[in-house]
Amino acid sequence: MRKWLVEPDFILTRDPDRCINCQVCVRQCANDVHVHDEEADLVQSDSEKCVGCHRCAALCPTQAISIEKASLEFRPNGNWTADRIRAVYKQAEGGGILLSGMGNDQTLPVLWDHMVLNASQVTNPSIDPLREPMELVTYLGRKPDRLELNRDANGKVSLATELAPQLRLETPIMFSAMSYGSISYNASFSLARAAQAAGTFANTGEGGLHKDFRPYAKNLIVQVASGRFGVDPDYLNVAAAVEIKIGQGAKPGIGGHLPAEKVDAQVSATRMIPERTDALSPAPHHDIYSIEDLRQLIYGIKEATQYTKPVCVKISAVHNVAAIASGAVRAGADIVAIDGFRGGTGAAPTVIRDNVGIPIELALAAVDARLRDEGIRHQASIVAAGSFRSSADVIKAIALGADAVYIGTAALVAMGCHLCQKCYTGKCNWGIATQDPMLTKRLNADVATRRLSNLLRGWSLEIKEMLGGMGINAIESLRGNREHLRGIALSDRDLNILGIKAAGE
Amino acid sequence: MDDAQTIPDDQWRPDRHQKSQRDEKDQSGCAICGLLNEDGSLVDGGLIIRAIANMHDRSNGLGGGFAAYGIYPQWKSWYAFHLMFDHDAARRQTESYLETVFQVAHQEAIPTAHLEVIRQRPILVRYFLLPKEELRARHYDLTDDDIVMMNVMHINKTIDGAFVFSSGRNMGCFKGVGYPEDIGRFYRLDEYQAHLWTAHGRFPTNTTGWWGGAHPFGILDWAVVHNGEVSSYGKNRSYLANFGYQCTMHTDTEVIGYLFDLLVRKHHLPIEMACQAVAPPLWSRIEQMPPAERQLLQTLRIIYGGALLNGPFSIVVSHAGGLIGLNDRIKLRPMVAARRGASLYVASEEAALRLMCPSPDLIWRPAGGVPVIGRLQSQPQEVSVA
Ligand code: SF4
Ligand code: SF4
Repeated sequence: MRKWLVEPDFILTRDPDRCINCQVCVRQCANDVHVHDEEADLVQSDSEKCVGCHRCAALCPTQAISIEKASLEFRPNGNWTADRIRAVYKQAEGGGILLSGMGNDQTLPVLWDHMVLNASQVTNPSIDPLREPMELVTYLGRKPDRLELNRDANGKVSLATELAPQLRLETPIMFSAMSYGSISYNASFSLARAAQAAGTFANTGEGGLHKDFRPYAKNLIVQVASGRFGVDPDYLNVAAAVEIKIGQGAKPGIGGHLPAEKVDAQVSATRMIPERTDALSPAPHHDIYSIEDLRQLIYGIKEATQYTKPVCVKISAVHNVAAIASGAVRAGADIVAIDGFRGGTGAAPTVIRDNVGIPIELALAAVDARLRDEGIRHQASIVAAGSFRSSADVIKAIALGADAVYIGTAALVAMGCHLCQKCYTGKCNWGIATQDPMLTKRLNADVATRRLSNLLRGWSLEIKEMLGGMGINAIESLRGNREHLRGIALSDRDLNILGIKAAGE
Repeated sequence: MDDAQTIPDDQWRPDRHQKSQRDEKDQSGCAICGLLNEDGSLVDGGLIIRAIANMHDRSNGLGGGFAAYGIYPQWKSWYAFHLMFDHDAARRQTESYLETVFQVAHQEAIPTAHLEVIRQRPILVRYFLLPKEELRARHYDLTDDDIVMMNVMHINKTIDGAFVFSSGRNMGCFKGVGYPEDIGRFYRLDEYQAHLWTAHGRFPTNTTGWWGGAHPFGILDWAVVHNGEVSSYGKNRSYLANFGYQCTMHTDTEVIGYLFDLLVRKHHLPIEMACQAVAPPLWSRIEQMPPAERQLLQTLRIIYGGALLNGPFSIVVSHAGGLIGLNDRIKLRPMVAARRGASLYVASEEAALRLMCPSPDLIWRPAGGVPVIGRLQSQPQEVSVA
């Protein structure tokens, strides 16, 4: 039934000459776009319900389906764009907050696309990673200023420094926090297994740790968020590291809401909440109203884990992110994760997703510079998050000062996500952001694990190629080495904040 | 420029952190060589000049220089400052500054020969200095070395037309624009007796001839001659800023000098370990080491990631205690070494090496990242390895 004034986003066309009436699309679409009309024995489609996830088109055996953007044009208006008009219609219809899944989809400038990398010529040979070693190993955690040695009477030296706990990554890419509950069992399981296979880490998000994933805990970072779901001493101690989630790039300043429909028996057991109840994460941690409270929680977790795990604090990139990051480091964080405004989410009010926070490029540059100016950069590692679309984005982030990055959306895309932005409906046709058993079984964990591993491998190989091109054979020599970046079509102010020169300089 | 007349305030202290700055560096290819008599016996500059002249084609006349150790025995406890001035005003301003902060035991023009090919010479003067008591009292938590370094950076950055290019004790750097053999003759190096010499011929690709830009780079008693390019420059520079080192010279060689100063003088690492910090073994090799050594090197590499020198290089780093020859980890620049008796020789090319040492006891090509270390025997020795 069509709602008054609300127009479809897509027009779905079925080519009658190709369609063999097999009903695959009917079974595949959780949004009920396709219906089989028993009487006429014909498949029919309702474009209005289509979210553009391509599931039906991908599985249609005869390529009968095509999906186009609805071409119902309004009179051109640079101010009142079609999206804005439609949003008002929707809101006038329902009176609520409009929701979206995934990250900010606005056409604001992506600064990664305004930065280019260096390469060697003549005075400095490039290095071929197929012939020469190329090191991506990265250690995350607090580093001391200097190495302390013991010297015995003969002048023989031995190690005196006791290093704070570190995470060793074979490649500087980790999987961002995505909770079991917001994504399916198979998706979570695949992330954990791919992280282990690649020698990196996956973040459990705030959804607790399913008992089945415990064997992978050495490659898992567990999260303590405002809802404290699934947190107990055992949860903290089995993991490789603990992350305190203060904010998320897609929705800085607000909490989370996992709808009751997604809280089945397994999710309820993992989150330690009753079945079929809403899982509400408050906006702030109700025991953190200021920086000194954060310090208490950091040290509470360090005490609970006998100082054997690095503690990460994840903040969203907001205006004064540099000061907040500095405060977090001084409060005892061993790792600071910064999530930029293009970071993904299972659900966020669209208005917040699209308007709150700042780009990760600027936030990262500002935080790195601030920590260096304060002489505390070595006291914590920086993990950047908030939409890394390719290995180029990753290597540019490292040159700007990140120790490693978190990828979320890219990992989901590797598993089949089509960025339809409807994760909050619980009807993900690709079996990722859903708990519906009919849908989750579509995601084969072995296939998804392999695809995630392939992505990490491919990006790592590309990073090695680019490093070799710059004449660098260890990633630590690029970290914060902004000399290897140049800006194109950026303002002086942007260049200044990014701390890079313009191309040609 | 009036601010240069006052004693540098706290912003120049080495423990102050530098505001992040844009990075600058130059690129060059080069010839290097060095010789050390570990028994302390002295040799004049003629030999090293002949050796570097032998590699004439590795430089292009845009820079040459030398470092010599043991040359000022009569002033050996005083810091020997070698300064170049573009004009008299810079000299007057610098001298009045030096007098406010240092006791000046002696000063004189650096002796030079009249050489047609050496053009556009700056005014070259040397001073033998110690920090004034008043300054020591103000910075009671700093050593004389720290105070000297802070003042070198201050002069180089703030006094227009003045440049301190040597600041160690009982040693000196001599450098300028020209072919190295001409620079050596210009400075009359055959009249100096030293137990340790290094030399450099420069082939810069993107710098105009500035006397201060020639090698060696000297700070305190460290002198670095460098063939190569530091691809990690931006990283090293920001890492050093954490420890108050201000890179002011727009040359990547500068970071090498500061890194050794940081690792050895300030952090008291044995020389071998300082070399392992700047050119560490591969992680895959570290993993295969026995547990104690593995843990030591892992920790070293984790802590000193910012000190790793990446890119192709061969360097000779000299200091009061001896000489270090080192290549990048995958040896992208040439270096050969030889020993005969108590003497150690390193050079970019074997011909130059054999010119210094025609019948060596041992001649070898050091592998990438494996240092050649020579120690003056009068210095206390340190042994490495856990
Ligand atoms: S899946 Fe394709 S062929 Fe099958 S009913 Fe749907 S449109 Fe027709
Ligand atoms: S996870 Fe699923 S629902 Fe969310 S954007 Fe991707 S395909 Fe759509």
